[in-house]
This record gives sequence, structure tokens and C-alpha cells, in this order.
Amino acid sequence: MKSKIFAGFAEAVGDIPDGATIGFGGFAVVGMPINLYEALAKQGAKNLVCVSNSTRGGATLPEDAPDMGWLIRNGQVRKVICAFTAPTRASQRLILTEYVEKGLIEAELVPQGTLAERMRAAGAGIPAFYTPAAVGTELAEGRETRVFGGREYLLEHALPLDYAFIRAYQADAFGNLRYRRSQRNFNPVMAMAARVTIVEVEEEILPVGAIDPDDVHTPGVFVHRLVKIPPPPAGWWPRRPADLAKGAGR
Amino acid sequence: MSERAKGLTRQQMCDRLAMEFEDGWIANLGVGIPTLCSNFDFGDKLVIFHSENGVIGYGPLAAPGREDLHLVNAGGQHVTLRPEAAIVHHADSFAMIRGGRIDVTVLGAYEVAENGDFANWKMAGQQGGGIGGAMDLAACAKHVFVAMEHTTRQGRPRLVERCAIPVTARGVVNLVVTNLGLFEVTREGMALKEIAPGVTVDEITASTGCRLIIPREVPLVRIVR
Repeated sequence: MKSKIFAGFAEAVGDIPDGATIGFGGFAVVGMPINLYEALAKQGAKNLVCVSNSTRGGATLPEDAPDMGWLIRNGQVRKVICAFTAPTRASQRLILTEYVEKGLIEAELVPQGTLAERMRAAGAGIPAFYTPAAVGTELAEGRETRVFGGREYLLEHALPLDYAFIRAYQADAFGNLRYRRSQRNFNPVMAMAARVTIVEVEEEILPVGAIDPDDVHTPGVFVHRLVKIPPPPAGWWPRRPADLAKGAGR
Repeated sequence: MSERAKGLTRQQMCDRLAMEFEDGWIANLGVGIPTLCSNFDFGDKLVIFHSENGVIGYGPLAAPGREDLHLVNAGGQHVTLRPEAAIVHHADSFAMIRGGRIDVTVLGAYEVAENGDFANWKMAGQQGGGIGGAMDLAACAKHVFVAMEHTTRQGRPRLVERCAIPVTARGVVNLVVTNLGLFEVTREGMALKEIAPGVTVDEITASTGCRLIIPREVPLVRIVR
């Protein structure tokens, strides 16, 4: 079998075509594929549909760290599918907002649990499902609902991905993955939903068998490409807010 | 953000809601004011905090310099783990929510209506919105509590007859705490249950946008700090 280990991020994203639907894992920077964002921004694929919890990084990355905002500013994004498409505070400003207001990007807003389940369903071979979330709201207007046991539910469709970009703590050479703490978040469901899953890995890639099968969080069946993140400054790593304030960059 | 001079502090507001949590409850706290509920001293009660990113059983904030960069709560704050903690992925975290395992969620809001509708994801005139996990939580948690300032910065009431901005869920709110008092959504309408020290009933009715059911004697909000 061809090795899943790639020498660098540029090689791992080299074949991403225009128009691809890509899921980007991570929640509040933890588990976010920072290095793959940078590689895709350099690679330049256009008309992308980008799926993620939100479009911005967070307090543990320097201001200039790669996030979906880079792809948006590069003109690479046609549509985003997120649980946040507007700032949560009046004082905040999102790069996305400017592009949506100009009509350059379409933004689909999805409740967070529905977003996760749509990808899980895609990975599990289920084309659609009903959920109570968003019933009676603006998001449900004109859409199919059905009553089960006296309660109304909203029809939601599976969300298959062409590619998943994720970050993991450990991987073996077959692509079996372990995450650490809240790094897991969307990453396992995005790997399930994608035709091709590309992983940036924090620790040295382990020989096959080094992770006990009971401890594998995402089986290598769902994983296709692995890249070890180089130490800083070549690779992007989150930093404690206090260290960032002292000027320690990536 | 600054605390309002009138009535309860934000911590006192959240303490009052946290008093309602029962032993063994699984609680999910929204970003902003509601996170302060976790500072309440639950004494002998065990309350497990569920965070939508799959952290179940998180503890106090990590001390500066001791943050685990792999561990945040729903607000992106670096927290610690309790001995009961478990980690799941996002789909399982929301399975837990939809599956009815969350006993209480405390959320912030822009408006709460007298019939239990509330709005917290989209400001007036805004394009797009920030839903996060609020719609799943609001539709599925066994109890929905709201913590918010009684009026907007411009002085407009947040307790209203009908929400003027897009709702998060309909008919789900049970209990609301504001800086002026504690309110319960009942079948008959919005009831004033407790009043903040130093606040009069007239001040509350003047800054409320819906009819209030007011008992002859309104007890003071219980305060622990």
C-alpha cells in the first residue's frame, strides 16, 4: 500500500481542485488545522465550499495566524457552512461579514449540533434525518417538518465532504488517530464524512501498532494523508495568551 | 464589560440561578454571563458541567501559566477537568443534548417573551448570526434558564410580549434572572418571583415590556455574596 505519510503540507494539498467542499476541524483553535489552512491559501484552489464551526481563530494564536479568513480574503471561497456567520459581540468584526455584504460569498448558518450530525450522517450512509433544533425559527421557514410522537422535527440533509482538514495529537503510519482533550471536537465526524482526510499531526508519526486498538479515536480507514507538524517557527502551534503577549509568535 | 449600578451584579444573578440546580444535574452554560454559574459553591451537590465541544465534567478555569492548550470550554476558556470528566466528539456531545441528558442550560438572551420564546442569536438588522449550540440546547434541555440585563443599553425592555427579533426556540424558557429580579414563565404569563434589593416593583414594571404577575408580597432575591 502507498504510504499515507506526506513530507510537507504543500504536497498534501497539492491536488485540491477548484470547487471542492472541505471541512475544517477545530473548536476555538484546539484541533484546528492551522498549517493546512496556510498550505491551502498558498495552493490557491478557488470556488471552495468551506465547512467549519466558525471562520476565525482565537486567543491562543497570533493575529496573523492562518484561519478561514485567509482563504476568504484570498478570494478562494464561494460558500461557508458554519454555526457562526456573524460576530457574537457588537464590537467584533469578521472578514466574512464584508464579503457576505458585498454578495461575494454565500453563508449557510447551521445550528452546531445539526452541523455535526449532518456530517456524521454523511459518514454513516444516512441521507437525511429529523431534529428538534431550529423548529419554529427563521431557519425552518419553508422547510419540511414532520411530527413524531406529538413533537415537530425539522428535516436535515447529510453533508458529505470532498476533503476533511483536521489536526490530531498522535497518528500511526496507517492513519489511526488519537486526539488530546477537547481537540477531538468536529475532527472525527469530518474524517467520517470526507472522501479524503488530511491530518496535521502534533507528535512524531508512530509505527503501525503503536497505538492500542482500544485507544484509537479515528480509525485509519477514514484517514488518507498524514503530515507531521514541524516545530515552531516552521509549523504553527497555539501558544498561551500570556506568551503571545510577550511576543512569542508561532 | 461594566456591571450596572442598579440591582444585582452578574455574579449574584448567576448565583441565584445556580441555587436551583439539583444534585446530580448535568448543566450546560452559555457563553458570557451564564459562565459565572460555575463559580457558585454547590456544597454537597454534584453538578456536572457539559460543554458543547465534548468536554463533560469540566472544573474551574486553569491558573494563568498552567493552561492546557488542548482543553477549552464552549467559550474558548482554558478550564480544568474534574475527576468525573469524559471527552466525546461533537456529534456525541449533541447526541447527549438532543437525547435529553442535559438537565439545565443557562443562556444569555436579547429578548425573552412572556410565552417562553426567546432570542439570542441574531441582533436586529444583522446579516447572518451566531447560533453555536443554542438552538439544540434550547429545544432539548429539560430546563432553560436565561440570565440577562433587564434592559438594553438604550433602556428598552428585554422582557417583552412577543420577540421582535428572530427567536432561538419557542415556549421553552422556564426561569429568567435579570439585574432587577427573578421571573418565572408560567401558563398565565410572566411572574415576578423575587426582587433585587434596592429595587421597587414600580421600577420593574416601568422597564418591562409585558404584563407581570406580581404577588402582594415580593420576596427579595436570595444573595450569597
